[in-house]
Amino acid sequence: MDLDPLILSRIQFAFVVSFHAIFPVFTIGLASYIAVLEGLSFKTKNPAWIKLSSFWTKVFAVVFGMGVVSGIVMSFQFGTNWSNFAQASANFLGPMLSYEVITAFFLEASFLGVLLFGRDRVPAGVHLFAAIMVATGTFISSFWILSANSWMHTPVGTELRDGVFYVTSWSEAIFNPSFPYRFTHMVVASFLTGGFVVAGVSAWYLLIGREVEANRKALSMCLWLLLFLAPAQAIIGDFHGLNTLEHQPMKVAAMEGHWETSKNVPLLLFAIPDQENQTNRFEIGIPSLASLILTHDLDGEILGLNEVAPQEQPPVAIVFWSFRIMVGLGLLMILFAFTGLILRKGGRIWRARWFLQGMRFMSVTPFIAVTAGWFVTEVGRAPWLVYGMMSQAEAVTPSLTGGMALFTLIGYVVVYSLVFSAGVYYLMRVLYVGLEDGEDNGEPDPLERPKRPLSASHVPFELHNDSKANPAEQGGH
Amino acid sequence: MEHFDLALIWAFIIGFGVIMYVLMDGFDLGVGILFPFAPSEEDRDTMMNSVAPVWDGNETWLVLGGAGLLAAFPLVYTILLPALYIGVFLMLSGLIFRGIAFEFRFKARTSRYLWNWAFAGGSTLAAFAQGIVVGTYIQGYETANGVFVGGAFDWLTPFTVLTGLGLLAGYALLGSTWLIMKTEGRLQEWAYKLSLPLLAAVLVVFAIISVWTPFIDDMVRDRWFSNLSIIWVLPALTLLCAFQIFRSVRNRFEGMPFVATMGLFVTAYLGLIVSRWPYLVPPDYTLWDAASAYNSQLFLLLGLLVVIPFVLVYTAWTYWVFRGKVRAGEGYH
Ligand code: HDD
Ligand code: HEM
Ligand code: HEM
Repeated sequence: MDLDPLILSRIQFAFVVSFHAIFPVFTIGLASYIAVLEGLSFKTKNPAWIKLSSFWTKVFAVVFGMGVVSGIVMSFQFGTNWSNFAQASANFLGPMLSYEVITAFFLEASFLGVLLFGRDRVPAGVHLFAAIMVATGTFISSFWILSANSWMHTPVGTELRDGVFYVTSWSEAIFNPSFPYRFTHMVVASFLTGGFVVAGVSAWYLLIGREVEANRKALSMCLWLLLFLAPAQAIIGDFHGLNTLEHQPMKVAAMEGHWETSKNVPLLLFAIPDQENQTNRFEIGIPSLASLILTHDLDGEILGLNEVAPQEQPPVAIVFWSFRIMVGLGLLMILFAFTGLILRKGGRIWRARWFLQGMRFMSVTPFIAVTAGWFVTEVGRAPWLVYGMMSQAEAVTPSLTGGMALFTLIGYVVVYSLVFSAGVYYLMRVLYVGLEDGEDNGEPDPLERPKRPLSASHVPFELHNDSKANPAEQGGH
Repeated sequence: MEHFDLALIWAFIIGFGVIMYVLMDGFDLGVGILFPFAPSEEDRDTMMNSVAPVWDGNETWLVLGGAGLLAAFPLVYTILLPALYIGVFLMLSGLIFRGIAFEFRFKARTSRYLWNWAFAGGSTLAAFAQGIVVGTYIQGYETANGVFVGGAFDWLTPFTVLTGLGLLAGYALLGSTWLIMKTEGRLQEWAYKLSLPLLAAVLVVFAIISVWTPFIDDMVRDRWFSNLSIIWVLPALTLLCAFQIFRSVRNRFEGMPFVATMGLFVTAYLGLIVSRWPYLVPPDYTLWDAASAYNSQLFLLLGLLVVIPFVLVYTAWTYWVFRGKVRAGEGYH
């Protein structure tokens, strides 16, 4: 049996990075939300804000903890599986990742402690400051990592000599052409994620009639935010796509399922791309719309996948469908945000159970949209790792065998499944206990200490045995 | 412009980062290694609480080590990691399990014993894997044209298993002396009892390694038996630290055993460095061969000089906030 280390490394990288990415995308949005809640409670002294903030800080702690452990894995992936790439691009990527550690990770770690456990130890102003610093840290971290990633899509400010990239201009390389779009799109995606999760959970509490006042406040606040952000994301995405058309035309051709260079290109709503025969097996589209969107001209010409040899094309079906999932969910988000606005009139929003149920369901959609978006971006870059300069095949670790790669791939899948199920289980438990828990646990506990992300919550691990816990059970095994 | 030897400066910075990591994460991994042997479940709570506030920050130094190597000496990063491929995976899984065990153990009731094992097993695995890294480093790698060309299990030799066990014992010693400093009563007494046997184990492994290395490696032999006799100060200091640990444990001092153990680690570490200096990827590449581009090293150095003082202040501040003894029953559930 011949195992291909390249394919296995790609699957492994996609798996570990997708796993890691779902946590930051939520914590970035949530950190800012918590900072806002802290600001509101600092200003108005309304206990509802403190209650909300304490509750969401607990959720934040769990998610952040999982983000940290999976992130540590990421920083070694470049060396273990992509050592040729790491060697070639170290002059740029090394400083980027190091700056991320020294400017963001240490900042987040230090102030997180004060945020989680310091409410009764530091003055309210310092506590608010800590919340703001944690939120700032998440942005700084996104800045560096997305700059690094964008450079791989649009490599400028560097020159390739003897197989190694040398930086010729730091500012050009850091602020490379796709970076502003990717950064904005990603930050808005994080806010959408935070917004939809908070809105969905609040809607659920309203459905079962818990903590109505605070949860109404939370839902209302989120819906205002989403009303602006959801449409904004579509507009930013459009600009992002236009920029991609300029720098990576084959990725856009794959997104559109467009095989032959031509004019009057239709916008395909549905199609079954057939890479083998270089065509779509079946398609439904709106005439000329793709030309209009991409060139702002009804009979604009768009390059098709046939511009390059089949082996230089990205896997079309994955890109095509991931793109439709992302955009479809984006449109659904806009729809929900506007429905919320309409229902506000006369307070119908609090009575429309179908809407609250719908919002509950919507809380998972940002995670799907974000993962799909990354699949568009990353799979669409194939076969390149550094676009136009270094292919995936050149990048892989030379000494890596298929067996080794398979071993670690299976290993990571097993380890992450365990971590993830335990984490989600615990998170559900925090949500299940809800906001009420926050207040009566007022007395500070001497050992709740900073830098222990998950320990912010007082919730026992098992769901059902709280009442019957007896000492005999505890050590018995 | 290029008249500063930046590669040399970076060698010091990375060297500093590595020993920071070893000392800081070393004692909390050590506490994990000793975990299953603790006198009681209540003592386990105390042990965990003694490192809980700081372990996460400690591990960030590891991330800095990885990213810093990539930035300053990419050749080390891209040879070491492929050479240790399976070992790195094992170390990371160990760190993951012990990281989440920290958090879930206190919430668990019936499943608590599982998290105890995740914590102890994860810490032990991570420590052993790091010892293997040291061993592989001494042993050297098979390289050609700047890439690793050896096999998947080259890192697994009797020698590296020995260094793995050595670091395990060393971390456990750091852990037990840390507990002497941070706890009292029965737990502290237990830690006192443990420290001397652990010290003996560490010294035995050190002795075997010191005799073994010059035999397998001409370069190391030449270095130690040439006219550069000044370096014999280092093993002398190591022995002095060992004696100091022995004496202070005997006399029931509280802080000194930990300080002396750190001294033991630092001097042994320096001894390792002088054996290999200036080779960063033994046996072929020096630190100058392994360095990244001059302007990349400079770009990061400038930022580092500004930011690292702040980082050190945060770290010191955290330890200061949590100074003093951790008491039983202070658990947080
Ligand atoms: C858009 C945001 C984003 C993206 C694309 C990535 N990360 Fe991440 N990462 C974060 C945003 C983030 C964060 C929000 O800053 C986290 C989440 C939890 C945390 O502690 O910080 C984090 C944690 C985190 C940690 C743990 C930090 C610690 O010890 O405190 C590491 C080592 C990495 N990441 C490394 C990576 C690498 C090598 C990536 C790419 C291949 C990557 N991250 C993608
Ligand atoms: C609704 C209309 C949307 C459009 C037109 C759009 C457009 C795009 C395009 C063209 C790309 C690929 C860019 C490239 O690879 O160069 C992309 C990537 C991405 N999208 Fe969207 N998007 C939309 C909605 C969303 C939503 C709702 C989310 C998440 C909440 C999202 C999250 C992402 C992410 C995470 C990426 C990958 C990172 C990046 O390249 O920015 N998008 N989007
Ligand atoms: C955080 C969100 C991200 C997600 C969900 C994501 C997703 C993916 C996916 C699905 C692939 C596989 C593509 C394929 O093999 O066809 C991939 C590849 C890759 N990505 Fe990303 N990516 C993310 C961020 C990043 C960042 C920030 C970097 C670099 C700084 C990066 C670097 C790479 C590399 C090196 C590969 C491996 C080569 C390849 O298979 O193309 N990714 N990623």
